[in-house]
Formats: sequence, C-alpha cells, structure tokens
Amino acid sequence: MKFIDEYRDVELGKKLVARIEQLSKRPARLMEFCGGHTVAIMRNGIRQLLPPTVEMLSGPGCPVCVTANADIDKAIALARLPDVIITTFGDMMKVPGSYSSLQKVRAEEADIRIVYSTQDALQIARDNPTRSVIFIGIGFETTSPTIAASIFQAENEGIRNFYVLCLLKLCPPIMKAILDLGELKLDGIVCPGHVSAIIGSRHYEFIPRDYGVACVVSGFEPLDILQSVAMLVEQIESGKPRVEIAYRRGVKPEGNITALKLMDSVFEVSGADWRGIGVVPASGLKLRKEYGRFDAELAFSVTLEPVREAKGCICGDILRGVKTPNECKLFRKACFPEQPVGPCMVSSEGACAAYYQYEIV
Amino acid sequence: MDDEIILLAHGSGSRLSHELIEKNFLPPLANPLLAKLDDSAVFDLSGRLAFTTDSYVVSPIFFPGGDIGKLAVCGTINDIAMSGATPLYLSLSFIIEEGLTLGELKKIVSSIKAAAEEAGVKIVTGDTKVVNRGGADKLFINTSGIGIVPQGIDISGANAKVGDKIILSGTIGDHGIAVMSQREGLKFSVPVQSDCAPLNKLVSQMAEDSSQIHSLRDPTRGGLATTLNEFAKQSKVGIRIEEGKIPIHDGVRAACELLGFDPLYVANEGKLVAIVTADDAQMVLAKMKRNQYGAEAAIIGEVTDEYKGKVIMKTRLGASRIVDMLSGELLPRIC
Ligand code: SF4
Repeated sequence: MKFIDEYRDVELGKKLVARIEQLSKRPARLMEFCGGHTVAIMRNGIRQLLPPTVEMLSGPGCPVCVTANADIDKAIALARLPDVIITTFGDMMKVPGSYSSLQKVRAEEADIRIVYSTQDALQIARDNPTRSVIFIGIGFETTSPTIAASIFQAENEGIRNFYVLCLLKLCPPIMKAILDLGELKLDGIVCPGHVSAIIGSRHYEFIPRDYGVACVVSGFEPLDILQSVAMLVEQIESGKPRVEIAYRRGVKPEGNITALKLMDSVFEVSGADWRGIGVVPASGLKLRKEYGRFDAELAFSVTLEPVREAKGCICGDILRGVKTPNECKLFRKACFPEQPVGPCMVSSEGACAAYYQYEIV
Repeated sequence: MDDEIILLAHGSGSRLSHELIEKNFLPPLANPLLAKLDDSAVFDLSGRLAFTTDSYVVSPIFFPGGDIGKLAVCGTINDIAMSGATPLYLSLSFIIEEGLTLGELKKIVSSIKAAAEEAGVKIVTGDTKVVNRGGADKLFINTSGIGIVPQGIDISGANAKVGDKIILSGTIGDHGIAVMSQREGLKFSVPVQSDCAPLNKLVSQMAEDSSQIHSLRDPTRGGLATTLNEFAKQSKVGIRIEEGKIPIHDGVRAACELLGFDPLYVANEGKLVAIVTADDAQMVLAKMKRNQYGAEAAIIGEVTDEYKGKVIMKTRLGASRIVDMLSGELLPRIC
C-alpha cells in the first residue's frame, strides 16, 4: 500500500537494523521525545532489535502525561460549576488529579463530553446556548492550530458561550529544560514528527549547537524510527551532531507557515507547569489579550484544594527519562490501565501504558 | 409515506401498532410461525440446543456495508454458529425512538429479511416498543436465537491444545472502521465497508470433514486481540501469532494509522477465528477459502505451551511483543 507499506517493508527494516549494528561503535543514548514514538517502539519491539550500544529513553512528549495535577484539578473544579459543559479528548477522563478525575465527577454530577475535535466542542456550544462550554485545551504544537482555529471561528460566528482552558505546551523549550537539568547525558534526540510538521526543524538547531546533541525528526512507522536511529548513530559516530529530517514526507524545515501564523495570532508564549518538571518559562501558550474572553481561567473563578501527588508514582521521573516504568514499585502491582495511579498509565501515549501493554514479562 | 415518522402511538397496542406490524414486519419476514401472531411461537425441536441473546445499539444505524438490522441478525446467527450449532429461529425485539421514519424502518426490515434468508433462519417471534424522543438512540434491537448442535460437536474456547493452528477467516477491523468513519464523518481515500455477514454456512462447511475444530469465536468488540486472549485464558495455553500473516485491508490500515488505533482491537462482524489441530488445519483452511466469507482466510499462528494465558506476537521486523486485552475504550489519538 502506498505511503504505509514502504515504511513497513520487512527487508528494508532488517537492512536498517544491520546498518545500525554495523555503524554503532560507541554507546549512544537516545531519547524519543514523543509518546507516539514510545508506543510505536514498544508495539514493534524496536528496542529488542537494537544493538546493546544503543540505549533508548522515553521522553516527556505525551500531552496528557505532562499536564500537571494542578491543571487537572482546575479542569475538575470547572466541571463542577453549574451550567458548565466540559468537552475534552477521551484520554483526559481517567487521569487522576489530586482528589478525583473527570470520569469520577462525570459519574457524580458533571456534564462532561468526550469530543474528537474542537469542531465537536463548538457544535456543543452552538447546541447549548444557555450553558458555558469549556474545551480542555491540552496538547503541543500539533493541536494548537486547531484550537486557535476554533477560537477564530467562535469569534466570527459570535459564539459567546465557548471557552478554552488553555494548557498548551511547546516542545523545543521543554527539550532545552531537560538538557539543562543535565540528568541524562543524551547523545541524540528522535524529534517528534507531528509537532515538527507544524514548527519545522529549525527550532531544534540550538540542540546540536549548544548541547552537542544529535537531532533527527522522525515519522511514526517502524521503519521511520529505525531510519532515524540509524541517522542519529551516524551523526554520533561522525562526531558532527546536527538537525536532520528523516520524515521528509511530513516535515519541511520551515514548517507549516499558515498554521504557525494562525497560532501566533491567537496565542502568545507563556510559562507552563509540567508534571515532574514544574513551571518552565516560555514553554506554553496562553490566549492573547484580544481573545481573553475565550479564556476559561479568566471567565470563571474556582477555588482549589492544595495539590497532592499520588504516593509512590514516579511519573515525573519517567517523563524526564531518568526512570523507566519497570522501576516504579506500583507498576503492574497497584497501577494498571483500568486503575491508573498516574497519567503515564492512562494515556494511550503514556510510557507506563505502552510498557504495560506491549512488553513481554 | 416513507417519510412518515414513528409516533409513540405506534407502540401503544392500538390500531396503529397493529398496522405497523402487519404492514411493515409481517410481509417481508413472512413464515407460518410468525404469521400466527400468537404470544409464543410453538415448534418442535430435539437434540442439543444452542440458545443466545444480544442487544444491538450501534450508532449510526446505517453504515457502509450494513445497518443495525443486518447486524442484529448476523450477530446472533454468528454467536450460535460459533458453538458449532445450526441456527434455526430468531426473535427480534425493536425499541424505537419516536421520530424514526417509516422509510428507515422499512430499509432495516428489508436487510433483516435478506440476512435471514441468506443464513436460512426464520424470525418467528418479535416485539415492538416505542419510547419518547431521547429514550433511545433511534433504534435498538434485541435478538435471541436458537440452534441445534449436531452430534459429536464439541467446540469451546476452553478446548485449545498445544500444537493447534489458529485460522482467521479474513481481514480484520473492517466493521469498526466503517462505523467509525460514518460516525465521525471521516472520509478515507480507500472507503471501508463493514464485513457484517452470517457465518453459519462457513462454519458448517468447515465442520463437514473435520471433527478437529477445537474452538471457534467471532472477534467482534475488542477485536482479534481480545478473542485470542480469551482463548489463551480459557484453555490455559499460550498463543503465538505472526503480525505479517494477519490480513488487513489497505483502507483499514490507513484509517488506523490516522486515528492511532491498533487494528488488532478494532471490531469485526463477519470474521471468525478457529483453533484446529495441526493435522486438519490445511484442509479446513482450504474449505474456508472456497466460501465467500473465508476467501482471505489464513493461518496466523499456533497454540504453544509458553506464556500460558498470554498472546505473543512476532512483529513484522522479527521482534516479539505481548498482545493484551483491550483496556477501556478505543480512542483516537490526540497528538
Ligand atoms: S506505573 Fe503508575 S504509579 Fe508508577 S509511574 Fe507509572 S503511572 Fe505512576
């Protein structure tokens, strides 16, 4: 099949594995930033195929997982307000906040609806003019343009009861934050494909320049990932780290200019609270003043209990790549997809869920 | 006439209710047992019986390749067939939301008729209720079915033995993606049709020359992965499958890619998985391939004594991973 089979061709896959084996002499520590990559790696057993010199760590790139408890608590508090309808992507439902989850408050009292796109949320707002419809805006640069578009559309159509709880986050700043922490000593990063389709590859240039870390933008098929690993290993062996794109069918160096303009007209850069890392300056997006009336944080006031973290959950360490799910004492013992203790076990792109689902034990 | 809508009064037992049944259900589904309109259908049966029931609440009620009526008939027939039984009689109970059009109802009844005829089963009893707007999602159908298990047949999810082969009757994920594409208004470059179909004749052909079919199941909700896990747990064996051998249509693959689904978990309505002794596997496979619903059948793996209770899959690239049961709902990816 065009555009898919090429990336699953078994012979080509085997050749890439052999190439990586042949190229890789010195230890290379790579991080796949994106949760989608973590899932693809686990699902295809890619770690098993790599030589012992190549180590792969999972990074923080899952929008659900990185959402801080404080923000989940806020979403839950908003859901409890009278005459509010919360609209959200399904993955957020089960994520435990400090005291409850959206799923639990929905069962108790709240009107919370799972949507597949911001368009669905807008439609709910049109259908319920007497109620306030709040969209829980989580995600990275990939989702930001569609959320921006929904705000534009609400503005143009004069939809007055649509709001966004803006928890959007940006990838390059968090990569910088992780590199600055210095916990990992990374040699290379498998850069996120979907995010890069929007922002392009230039935003990663500081990584090889300032940190000497190799970067390759990768797609999500198993061969995409193997090819990216091969390119990273090649860069590392040659001692010349740079930014390369393996995902040429999806990513241009300059990104998607239209989407970037759209984002920029609605959002401005702000600090954001990341699970396991804390508030990182300039790593998130908030609504510009002109669009302030769509901002759920400004439109509604809620009182919040002090934030609590689940005891024993090491999601924070997992998101920073310093620990793997197997190192969590609760993993497979007290924490399961049906009964998650932390978000990494809930999200379909969470590292704990991916290990749980695909790793043979 | 066809854009006339169902009113609450159609379910009230009044003349309207009688008219609805006499005009819309009896003529297409006609058979002597149903025509009597007694409180129960009375008939002779003897032997080992298979009896099953299921409710169908699919939304939307029309989807590429079928509708809720075809689904109800095929689903129940398949449940009976998976125990090796020959399905004979079905009941059909309609819970209709006020506002459904008569045209929609007629279309559904005619696909019920077609599916029942194809499978050679009769609808012998039924019921109609109409509920207030909002009380149902257009139409719910409950069906029960009865069949007879031929002598010597012993098929169960608990019968899989080490060394048996696993045969899949065709491509996976078609139904789930067809319904999803309709529901979410997604347009894929390769349109996907539901595989909804009655499988009883396929099963009887398979069983004709082989008494070595140990287990049969149709992988509906939860998909192939869930069915294989059920076999592994019920039979206390390991199951090893090969990714490269599982047939998947291009359209389903592309849609799964887009939505972030694993086709192993996507629903089917016209497929079965058979666990057959190694000796008979090739013969059963050849039989299946001659039936229209088994044309793409393939041996996808085998039963092992390793990893008891688990399903392990060799990926295309030669690594191995676990295939777990689906936990929770299948949700499209965010990122
Ligand atoms: S296994 Fe559960 S408790 Fe442990 S880090 Fe993962 S989500 Fe948190």
